[in-house]
Amino acid sequence: MPAAASSVFKALADPTRRAIFERLTREGELTVHVLTHDAGVSQPAVSKHLTVLKRARLVCDRRDGRETHYRAEPRALEPLVDWMSFYGVFWRDRFSRLEDVLERMEP
Amino acid sequence: MSETRSVVVEREFAYPPEKVWRALTEGDLIAQWLMENDFQPVVGRRFEFRSTPMPQWNGVIGCEVLVMEPHQRLAYSWGALGLESVVAWTLTPTAGGTLVRMEHSGFGADQDAAFKGATYGWQKFIGGLESVLAALPERRER
Repeated sequence: MPAAASSVFKALADPTRRAIFERLTREGELTVHVLTHDAGVSQPAVSKHLTVLKRARLVCDRRDGRETHYRAEPRALEPLVDWMSFYGVFWRDRFSRLEDVLERMEP
Repeated sequence: MSETRSVVVEREFAYPPEKVWRALTEGDLIAQWLMENDFQPVVGRRFEFRSTPMPQWNGVIGCEVLVMEPHQRLAYSWGALGLESVVAWTLTPTAGGTLVRMEHSGFGADQDAAFKGATYGWQKFIGGLESVLAALPERRER
């Protein structure tokens, strides 16, 4: 599970990929052409981003003749909202803050 | 009993257990590193941690003090969004200060809890993704 969580984090850390994913979540199935038209980047770039999203299982594709249709797989976000992943990060952050508080406290 | 898992974080601080204990058990100090709270150091006492409310979640974590052994052990229950868990602190004096061990236990394979987390977690996780990502390689859990 940690490996899956980190690939999802990495895939969504890029703003362009995040925008593509969010759009697919909102609008359902779209082709690379449609996605490229509004993304402000070239079609090869969009295809590259889709490959990364696909590896993280955030999108899946369906070929239809010459066109490939992509749709979001929100279930792939599960590793992110798993409580253990969340609290693993949460408590490490709080330990650092605790250290700051100890440093500031009177002896 | 269904099988549960824990998140464990351990760190040595260059301060004596008495000082670390104060930071773990005095409400205004807790608020500075963890969350706003109405903690009272009394076993059986119920209290709340309050974080920023979000859509579909008021940000309240319901707790009860379970163990209170001054300068050594502290534990409280931790309930939020369907997660029923326990946070236990153990302080061990070392040559250089105090070894602080935090074990947050009670994570089941319960998908219901995970999905409740999902409803509030989405915005937070995506919004704070860069900082979460930065913290990830350091993560240690079991």
